[in-house]
Amino acid sequence: MSPRDLFGAALRGLGANKMRSLLTMLGVAIGVGAVIVLVAVGNGSGKAVQDRLEAMGTNLLTVSTSGGGGGFQRGQAGPAAQQYSLTLDDAAALADNRLAPDVAAVAPVMTSNGTATSGDVSYTINQVIGTTPEYLPATNTPVSTGASFTKQDVDGSRRVILLGQTAATELFGRANAAVGQTIKLGAVDFTVLGVLASKDSTGFNDPNATAIVPISTLRATQAGYGPLNQIVVQAADKDKVDTAQAEVTQLLTARHQVPATTTSPYRITNSAQILQTSQDTAATFTALLATVAAISLIVGGIGVTNIMLVTVTERTREIGIRKALGARRRAILGQFLIEATLLSLLGGTVGVIAALVVSRFQLAGVQPVLVPSSIALAFGVSAAVGLFFGSMPAHRAAGLRPIDALRHE
Amino acid sequence: MAADALIDIRNVTKTYGAGETAVHALRGVSLRVEAGEYVAVMGSSGSGKSTLMNILGCLDTPTRGEYWLDGTNVARLTEDQQALVRGRKIGFVFQSFNLIPRTSALANVELPLTYAHLRRTERRQRARRALELVGLADREDHRPNQLSGGQQQRVAIARALATGPRILLADEPTGNLDAHSTDEVLGMFDELNAEGRTVVVITHETEVAQHARRLVLFSDGRIVSDEKVTR
Repeated sequence: MSPRDLFGAALRGLGANKMRSLLTMLGVAIGVGAVIVLVAVGNGSGKAVQDRLEAMGTNLLTVSTSGGGGGFQRGQAGPAAQQYSLTLDDAAALADNRLAPDVAAVAPVMTSNGTATSGDVSYTINQVIGTTPEYLPATNTPVSTGASFTKQDVDGSRRVILLGQTAATELFGRANAAVGQTIKLGAVDFTVLGVLASKDSTGFNDPNATAIVPISTLRATQAGYGPLNQIVVQAADKDKVDTAQAEVTQLLTARHQVPATTTSPYRITNSAQILQTSQDTAATFTALLATVAAISLIVGGIGVTNIMLVTVTERTREIGIRKALGARRRAILGQFLIEATLLSLLGGTVGVIAALVVSRFQLAGVQPVLVPSSIALAFGVSAAVGLFFGSMPAHRAAGLRPIDALRHE
Repeated sequence: MAADALIDIRNVTKTYGAGETAVHALRGVSLRVEAGEYVAVMGSSGSGKSTLMNILGCLDTPTRGEYWLDGTNVARLTEDQQALVRGRKIGFVFQSFNLIPRTSALANVELPLTYAHLRRTERRQRARRALELVGLADREDHRPNQLSGGQQQRVAIARALATGPRILLADEPTGNLDAHSTDEVLGMFDELNAEGRTVVVITHETEVAQHARRLVLFSDGRIVSDEKVTR
């Protein structure tokens, strides 16, 4: 029997019970679709987390003094606390290539908040960051319109400001209209130099409700001359984040004469580590989803076995006739195997198409990202499911003795 | 023994089950059928004639004894080789027609040719010719449930003839047919035999047996008489 004849016989077999074949295919389709979609969701959520972290800046170390809330409260700062406070000199030392060769860029950070007004409009900016120009590339915060401030602006304590998207929109209606305007922050006039590019949220706060000013200006006008809140350090390379971290720790420990017996007063957050951790979490999540989906695929496969067993029983007499007419074992086996495989392949195709459609939409707040290999895998598995789960009924059919099959009622 | 006997079964027994409950369907049957004969096997139900038919058709294997079909000891063949013998040398006509449901008459007739690995176009041709022979050329697209009993049996005969087998084995071929269809089918058998085809008919109707040239009577698993029929 040629493959074409086998296919014809198998198709006729499937067509004989359309509803049953359809429901069995649906089982496989759901299994295959679930594998693809759920893996895509897992992958998508992993990617979303990764994107957010990358938006925060890669190769990034954030240094702060440890203790409640990332730094000593100004009022409570005792002598020991002051001894360990981060200073502009620390930042300058970290930027020194000889002292910390694996550090590419350093930006001291002080934060404050204040109400900005433009004409009649006022808007409270939760986070006014005082820093140096290095902060922008290091934290992956590009300027979308206008320009960044420069080292001269920092040196001259010039009253210039970069507004986040939300702040600019609130104050000027359109973000682009802000550039060149003057706003009041507290009692001081600032010229808007540029507007920052929009950022995805990394937590509960709107990352676009910010403003960035030269650190010297912030100290002079708003925050005073207390310790730095943070020093942002960018490692020279992705692979040098760990060595950079070691250098930073060593340098700060030496500069502030931290006794070897005490635990380090500096807390260094490593963006690469966070990224790694969240990627691991996402991988676990994906694996979990894939497992659930795989189970549904197996259930679909069992559906194929079940329906093929029914089919073989129903068509025992037909098998007997075929054998009486000279069908060999292989011909019967082939017919039922192809029937089972067609069932699951057609189901698989429907599942793939459905998954492609479904994964275009956001699911549970996650934009699924298709993994091509998962499509190939799910499709291949669905074919294998047909062969595997169909082989038992097919063997049963092929093994029937012609006389027993013919006598079957 | 003459080597040219088409069917030669020697002291064949067939036992179902074992011990006290064993059923002896055949208790040592020997039968020789030469090519071109028209044999009717008669007997009451339970006499073992259907078992004989199954063994003759390679659908079942004897418990003991030899079965030489066209010079081969069929009982020794593997399952697949027996399938080959069924496909090449034997054409079956069953009481209940045994056409494949939801499949056109033409496709039904083509089926044994498919298993004989014939090319598609040749299959078509031969199946059409066989349907013409039984006078159903105009019904080739009809499915079994769209045909009358007599028509179904004629399709079955066409199917049995399609491969050009040496033997036509018919098991109660007229059991489910009305008088008119019975005459048609028996007439067809007569014609086929006249053309030189060996026909073996199992029946319990004397009317059917009258068409044969040799009558074998069965009782309790044994042949009780074997004689020529004079018309």
